[in-house]
Amino acid sequence: MPKTEFSPSIESRPTYPGLTSQGSAPAIMVADAAGAEALVDLVATDASVMDHAHVVLIAKAPELAAKLTALTPKALHEAPDLDAATPLVTQILDTAKMGTQLYLAGSEGVIGHVSALAFARGLPMEAIQSEHRGSIARRMQCVHCKGITEDVTTDPFVCAHCDLTLFMRDHFSRRLGVFQAVCVDAETPGVVPATEEIRP
Amino acid sequence: MKLALKVTEIEQLSPLVKRFRFEDPKGASLPVFSGGAHITVEMPEGDTIRRNSYSLISDPYDGSGYEIAVRREDRGRGGSLYMHRKLSEGDDITVSTPANLFQLDLRARKHVLIGGGIGITPFLSQLKQLDMEQKPFELHYAARSREEAAGLKLLPKAAHIHVHLSEEGARMDLGAILDGQPMGTHVYTCGPEGLIAAVADQAARLGWPKSTVHSEAFTAPPPGEPFDVVIASTGQTVTVKADQSLLEALEAAKVEINYSCRGGVCGRCRTKVIACEGRILHNDHWLSIEERAAQKDIMPCMSRFKGTRLELDL
Amino acid sequence: MTMQFNDETFRGDYTYHNSQKAIRRFPFPFDQDAYMYSVNIEQHPGGPEGSPFEVMFDVDEHYVAEMKDREITLAEDPLRCQSLPHMELAGWDLLELIMVSKARDYPELFTLHRDGNDWHWINKPLGIEKKFTFLDPTTLPCGPMEYITRQTQGDFALLHERDGNLWMDAGMVTSQADWSLDFDVGMNFFEWHAPVPKARKMGVFDKALKFLLSVGQDQSYRRLNWTLTVNPRLDTSPETYHKWGPEKRSVTPENVGRKQFLRVELQTFFRLPRSNALAFPIRCYLANLEDLAGQPKWGRRLHRVLRDIDPTLAEYKGFAVNQEMIVDYLSQFDDGAPTSPGIFPDG
Repeated sequence: MPKTEFSPSIESRPTYPGLTSQGSAPAIMVADAAGAEALVDLVATDASVMDHAHVVLIAKAPELAAKLTALTPKALHEAPDLDAATPLVTQILDTAKMGTQLYLAGSEGVIGHVSALAFARGLPMEAIQSEHRGSIARRMQCVHCKGITEDVTTDPFVCAHCDLTLFMRDHFSRRLGVFQAVCVDAETPGVVPATEEIRP
Repeated sequence: MKLALKVTEIEQLSPLVKRFRFEDPKGASLPVFSGGAHITVEMPEGDTIRRNSYSLISDPYDGSGYEIAVRREDRGRGGSLYMHRKLSEGDDITVSTPANLFQLDLRARKHVLIGGGIGITPFLSQLKQLDMEQKPFELHYAARSREEAAGLKLLPKAAHIHVHLSEEGARMDLGAILDGQPMGTHVYTCGPEGLIAAVADQAARLGWPKSTVHSEAFTAPPPGEPFDVVIASTGQTVTVKADQSLLEALEAAKVEINYSCRGGVCGRCRTKVIACEGRILHNDHWLSIEERAAQKDIMPCMSRFKGTRLELDL
Repeated sequence: MTMQFNDETFRGDYTYHNSQKAIRRFPFPFDQDAYMYSVNIEQHPGGPEGSPFEVMFDVDEHYVAEMKDREITLAEDPLRCQSLPHMELAGWDLLELIMVSKARDYPELFTLHRDGNDWHWINKPLGIEKKFTFLDPTTLPCGPMEYITRQTQGDFALLHERDGNLWMDAGMVTSQADWSLDFDVGMNFFEWHAPVPKARKMGVFDKALKFLLSVGQDQSYRRLNWTLTVNPRLDTSPETYHKWGPEKRSVTPENVGRKQFLRVELQTFFRLPRSNALAFPIRCYLANLEDLAGQPKWGRRLHRVLRDIDPTLAEYKGFAVNQEMIVDYLSQFDDGAPTSPGIFPDG
């Protein structure tokens, strides 16, 4: 699956320009199943990018893990989902030195969440490389109950925590790594527009 | 706002550097400031007022006085010579309120401060702020010789303060300083252009993100050959003398113009050029290479002109 | 003269009300009969005696009730007050600015004694007396920004300057026009303004940011912004939108004059000395259409502005759904006569 092209939006909505090798430098790479292909493509442009790379694969996919191992990173770590990966990524970031390159690939949820972790540890946003691959599902935060609903593909959608029907905004918080969702029928309870699949 | 103060102390720190202390004549408290801030000092001579900006070196949270350190530049426009030769304890002096173009990024997990020569000055106030904030830092001060190292008298002795004197064979190794710093470190450099460029190069080689690399290349405006400028709104011609900056000449001619740093870094005095037959001598750090080449803008606080006609949108 | 404070509410039974004096000094935001975005910035403080522009931090008849309302909002949602760790110093700067200003401008209400860093603060209207050590957070019951903004009307954002931008890294926000501090904290100037339509394209924000970055330690400025709110509700937050949203549809031709409020933000800007951060207080003033139309100039002008406004702005400011009713109501106060320049009422 190729890199996703999103339609232009507001200033707070992140963009994902794609991965470019920074050469044989210390690196942290985090990818989900779809994002793993972006890492494969990255290595095809410059094999040395893996010399000092910790790769975290967020997927239950042994064949993908084998494919990434074949690229000979310094280490490959596997985690079944984002929650399980978080303490691992946090630990790697906490002990990283200046000059460590961060490569993120996959869904907006993975990119947003790991960016937020890195940002909180002092890595500026402009130093984080990202490439969107796979599902355009969004990680949405309900502005009312603050609960986060993962993998949202429709607008409006129902909050997994407080059951309000929410509409998606493009307003994005890098600190939290989430898009904002707001009650769609706040002024006219019960009057909800038709549900649509989201587009890039 | 301007502050009318008195010179209360002058101390020779090294053959070329003097420390000055200014206080309110009635003992009133002066506005406190942030580490890295500067003030602009007025130096009246005859019918011209020269203004140079100097980093504050005193405790930022202490309003009892302001201190600066000035290096004598014998080939300068005369500002530092005025400070060194004309000013005595007890004299009146007018300064601006503090402004800061070189502040610490207080989010940093660690700060690395690198000062070369007189470039140590902004770090002296930052040290006090870092101590108060209890933030981890290391400071590297490079100078040619012990005699020239005016900063030695002002720096505390501590394990994280390193002095590199090249004459004593202790040259600063930027690679060793920058390599292996923890994620979230910021580096700040003040001093000669060569040092600033060397730190930026080394940081880039090690993959430091640009926004973690800070510098201040504060210099006083250089002297040069006299030249004329035409003020578009009035048609008036203003002559800029050899030892005067364009900004100072405009001020002397009562032409309205905005300014802050007077060192080519803040962008406030940026002025549109309407006609330019000749070459603008850009001495600022504000305009990009393309903007310089276009000759459509000038920073009057630092830059000069060589040619037949320069007309400004003022 | 001792100030009288209203006993009133900003929710539930909405007993909020303006005295005649409060109406006359209302910061009416329109200086002409039409509205479009502009960087309408003036020096602050400074303005006619008795106006809300006269002193740094205006204290009026709503002070005590507004502070009670803030307490209720914070108890329900503590995330309305946040300060990223590097902003504590800016919090102390703000506390000093407000305490010094209020003690100077309202000596009958506030007193500040300072002996070095040993400070003694007395706030008579709220019955607070506190001895503490300046710059020592262990001597206050909460962070310095929270402490002082629980005693000061208006919302507050503290902006950190870096990389040629301003970052909203701390704030106390309980009387906002539908934006979430919890979501926006940590954003830069362009990110937190991203949802505002049109303005970026017009270059308004580029100019505004450039201006703000150049604000010096000895200068402070203000501008007015506005929107419309149904009922005198301070806390129109996105967090509680599903609770107050239905009220927006409760306006009728009979009640619009009393229920529809003009909401004016007096925004001010201060460069803080120790942190070099910018303080951005946003003070909210509310007056209903009926009270405003009591000043003939304002009745005429408000009618013209709201009738002719760009539909995108009416939508963004959230009153498009009631616009027709509002304009119909206001038309009775507009005889077509010319209005005088400036924002202040005639006579």
